[in-house]
Amino acid sequence: MIRKLLASVREYKKDMILAPVYVTLESVLEIIIPTLMAFLIDNGINQKDMTYVWKIGLILVVCAVFSLITGVLAGRSAAIASAGFAKNLRHDMFYNVQKFSFSNIDKFSSASIITRLTTDITNVQNAFQMMVRLAVRAPMMIIFALIFSFRIDAKLSLIFLGVIPVLGLGLWLIMSNVHPIFVRVFRTYDKLNSVVQENLRGIRVVKSYNREAFEVEKFKDISKSIFEDFSKAEKRLAFNMPMLQFCLYGSMLMLSWFGAKAIVASGNNAAIGLSTGELASLITYTMQILMSLMMLSMIFVMIIISRASVERIVEVLDEESDLKNNDAPIRDVKDGSIVFDDVSFAYTASADKMVLNHIDLTIQSGETIGIVGGTGSAKSSLVQLISRLYDATSGSVKVGGVDVRDYDIESLRNQVAVVLQKNILFSGSIKQNLRWGNEKATDEELIKASQLAQADDFIREFPDQYDTYIEQGGTNVSGGQRQRLCIARALLKQPKILILDDSTSAVDTKTDSLIRQAFRENIPDTTKIIIAQRIASVQDADKIIVMNDGKVDAVGTHEMLLVNNAIYREVFESQNRGGVGDEA
Amino acid sequence: MKHNTDNHKAAPKRPKHRFKPGTIKRLYSYMAEYKYRLIVVFLCILISASASAASSLFLRTLIDDYITPLLGQANPVYASLARAVMSIGAVYLIGVSATLFYNRTMVIIGQGTLKKIRDRMFEHMQALPIRHFDTHTHGDLMSHYTNDTDTLRQAISQSLPQMLSSMFTVIAAFVSMLYLSVGLALFVALFAVVLLKVIRVLVGRSGSYFVKQQASLGDLNGYIEEMINGQKVVKVFCYEDSAAKAFDVKNEALCDSATEANKYGNITMPIVGNLGYMLYVIIAIIGGAAGIAGVPNLSLTGVNTLTIGTIVSFLTLSRAFINPIGQISMQFNMVVMALAGASRIFELMDEPVEQDNGHVTLVNVREESGVIHECEEKTDIWAWKHPHSDGTVLYTPLKGEIRFFDVDFGYEANKIVLHNISLYAKPGQKVAFVGATGAGKTTITNLINRFYDIADGKIQYDGVNINKIKKADLRRSLGIVLQDVNLFTGTVLDNIRYGKLDATDEACIEAAKLANADGFIRMLPQGYHTVLKGDGSGLSQGQRQLISIARAAVADPPVMILDEATSSIDTRTEAIVQAGMDALMKGRTVFVIAHRLSTVQNADVIMVLEHGRIVERGNHDQLIAEKGRYYQLYTGVFELE
Repeated sequence: MIRKLLASVREYKKDMILAPVYVTLESVLEIIIPTLMAFLIDNGINQKDMTYVWKIGLILVVCAVFSLITGVLAGRSAAIASAGFAKNLRHDMFYNVQKFSFSNIDKFSSASIITRLTTDITNVQNAFQMMVRLAVRAPMMIIFALIFSFRIDAKLSLIFLGVIPVLGLGLWLIMSNVHPIFVRVFRTYDKLNSVVQENLRGIRVVKSYNREAFEVEKFKDISKSIFEDFSKAEKRLAFNMPMLQFCLYGSMLMLSWFGAKAIVASGNNAAIGLSTGELASLITYTMQILMSLMMLSMIFVMIIISRASVERIVEVLDEESDLKNNDAPIRDVKDGSIVFDDVSFAYTASADKMVLNHIDLTIQSGETIGIVGGTGSAKSSLVQLISRLYDATSGSVKVGGVDVRDYDIESLRNQVAVVLQKNILFSGSIKQNLRWGNEKATDEELIKASQLAQADDFIREFPDQYDTYIEQGGTNVSGGQRQRLCIARALLKQPKILILDDSTSAVDTKTDSLIRQAFRENIPDTTKIIIAQRIASVQDADKIIVMNDGKVDAVGTHEMLLVNNAIYREVFESQNRGGVGDEA
Repeated sequence: MKHNTDNHKAAPKRPKHRFKPGTIKRLYSYMAEYKYRLIVVFLCILISASASAASSLFLRTLIDDYITPLLGQANPVYASLARAVMSIGAVYLIGVSATLFYNRTMVIIGQGTLKKIRDRMFEHMQALPIRHFDTHTHGDLMSHYTNDTDTLRQAISQSLPQMLSSMFTVIAAFVSMLYLSVGLALFVALFAVVLLKVIRVLVGRSGSYFVKQQASLGDLNGYIEEMINGQKVVKVFCYEDSAAKAFDVKNEALCDSATEANKYGNITMPIVGNLGYMLYVIIAIIGGAAGIAGVPNLSLTGVNTLTIGTIVSFLTLSRAFINPIGQISMQFNMVVMALAGASRIFELMDEPVEQDNGHVTLVNVREESGVIHECEEKTDIWAWKHPHSDGTVLYTPLKGEIRFFDVDFGYEANKIVLHNISLYAKPGQKVAFVGATGAGKTTITNLINRFYDIADGKIQYDGVNINKIKKADLRRSLGIVLQDVNLFTGTVLDNIRYGKLDATDEACIEAAKLANADGFIRMLPQGYHTVLKGDGSGLSQGQRQLISIARAAVADPPVMILDEATSSIDTRTEAIVQAGMDALMKGRTVFVIAHRLSTVQNADVIMVLEHGRIVERGNHDQLIAEKGRYYQLYTGVFELE
């Protein structure tokens, strides 16, 4: 898992390696400095030898300068490496997501992919930076400090050997105690977020049912459990600092007592035994060792927190698109004819019920096809197979006489334009949005397509016309306007097949018919497939397919179906109750 | 929502790192209930810092007063040393206890304060008018609960005590230094001033890059959100490469600012620490020279000569003085960011809440010999209760009559979208609104339940001006089913019960049957107890609409608003639902908005709206006979032949 992640380091490998190297140098210097300080006190100040003080002082300053330089370099490298690593990781994830098929996206859900690309990456970046800087530093400091203190006085240093395991055990106990609580807290946090999100989305429902107080209670419950769990975890973590102090002070007391005795015994002569300066150094080392242990425990927490994030990131990186180009993909789509040859389909391999069952259909190039059927009759699933948004589970779908799986995916999709049921506009001007269909489209082409989609009129009513800025999600245009813009965007592709998946539901009937009329007159060679709820939207089609429960119930013209098909007739009658239409 | 074209989002956002003056004071007001604990924490931090200062001072005492005199003695007596070690041990113990105490207390204060802020914020948000939600993106509102509270949490529970403790340590160390030698202490102070200048530059640099980093992070995350949410459209248009290219540009910008921000953040500590070492050397040289020369030393205890122990202690103190300065500077950015977050939260809390001056309430009544009496128990008979200023109370039975008198309305003051709307709906009538998108159909329903208040004219409910009715009671008397269905995480049953919290399971199931939702609900894995997640994402749009109809049915209000309630249900299913809908609508005043004219044909009166005006009204047959706008709309269906 870690290896998969580290593959994203790439050009920042140099910095990733340099940072700990600098850190190691820095920690060596930081250990040498207290020793020099001891020399300074013992042999300089205590002996009243100013030349020695100057000499050691100078060496000390040189060491400090080096330590400063290595410290700065380490900080720099760590910053570069971690920001770069995060950048590459984000890049790799985003690019892999771009390769995802619809079923890959369905598997993760958009919300989850977004969290993985944002919060999780930030977590990992922070952990990575900390690792690069401190994961090497802390053990190094402990090792060097131990070596140096043993050199000064092996007997006194045994104190450390006693204290370190005690502190280590204490830290470990706290951490292992706190970890499950933290895991729980983060899960509760997700819950809190989802309550707020649902509340924001459904605020009209909340207010119309007077459920403000109910929602507040719901929120407070979760808020309270976060408070309780977080407090519990942090209260335990609160033992860290006092425990560290306890060990520190304890070691210092022991050092003072035994150290004093040792100094008296040696007559404060470093050559014989312990000196006052060396005692000061030992105390400095105590601090360094215990602080480093503390650091290690913090790193440990960081790793625990980021572990979940790492797993989630790797999941996305490991996900392989289940739609792949053939070895020698065909790039040329001959015409807009479509054939379904005994096609069955299920969204997941494990599903026990097929969404589409043994579909056989033949559609000529240039035909207008209407598809009607009840909620859940798999109309959308049927058309999504044509542009290979999903692969058929069995059987084959052919476009222009060739199995869709033999095409280059991009070439196929460029010729099969789909206006999805959940149509989305992106933040940017209307022009920019339309150019999704064709990046090189001229202004005239944009206007032409908008005219066909009956969008030109309302666009011209906006003060900024085609330069009108569309808010994220297209919230500043009405549903019907959004649908027409989406149709114009699809038209700009000049596809051989155009699929409208219930794309005019918010458009009034009059405009709806104008759109169809424009299609008939202006793009006669394009195969047009229209899924609709309104019979009126499809009744002039060359063929109407009636879907029912994943099967084709009937295919025929409006007149034929009215006579022969019960479902169709029922739908038609439900929409034309009152019989006034017959008079017209 | 359609009326989101507001000026709000266009307004330049305040830079992320700025916070309003008064934020700290206001933040404190949330901690006020912990006032005494805060004082104790303050004292404990003081004690803890003193203990650590004492530990540096002890080294001098140890060397000067105990070790040096014992040196050269043939039979050193350690009893006095033992006493000294014991007494400093006691000091340490007090210090450790103080540390433990304030750390634990701070957890309660920090988490308690956060909980309070979170709860108040949500409570306040619930009270905000719909306009606020329509004019702010959900992402913006969400970030108060995520980013802003998160930085605040870190600042309160970590940065604040650390900064305080560091500050005390610095002060304690400085006082101790003065105690040892005034001259040397002043020199250290001078050095500290220089150091602070250096830190200021570093923190300033890092701060401005932090702001940049936050901005580019927001930019990139926004882009990611938009693209991933529209990923299916991206794929349909083969837009992957372009999306990735734009992504790379933003990603690169973030990487640059993040590198710079962290760089300056990372190098602060090594610079401060190592400058501290240099200070150490300088003091050693000056102090050493002074000590050797026997220069008189001014200390707080009087004039004496510099002893070796003094210098050694002083050196240790100088480390205790410099290091916390570095730590404070490290926390500084964190605290500023948290305060900026806090001030954004307070901004939300300052938003004016929904005004409600209503005094007419809805009460349960019992009718006894033609006279209405208010009663406590549920009678399912309701009446409006108007208390008059003279103390008398008038009860009007709840019937469900709605009247509009010359109503004008605009979402923005100078842009009127509804003109002169007058209409009445008698109890039990079905009123339909038809018209093109943007004609103002939804707006009318927004006014009935006072999501928005009218600019001119008046609206009456059972003869009472709706401005006089308490909002909660007004809304309780209205049921609403919207085109955009919103379900909540919970079981199907919970979601239906949302309409009436005290409804029994049977009543909920009955309502589901009425809406024709019972069939598919029973097909779900756990039936009515199936847990819906993510806004009921496992269900089809039509199924979700059926649940929301059931939710309204269980509420059982005398007036219902159906805003495109059946738009996602195919007409065949709608025909089946229709029976349920008819049952649901029976005996109620209903406002129906629909695109599909078939849905509104049987309405008692149909209003045709155009550009915010009612251009035609009448029942289906009348309107058809009129051969006006409705006729055109209706026959538009057949125009193709």
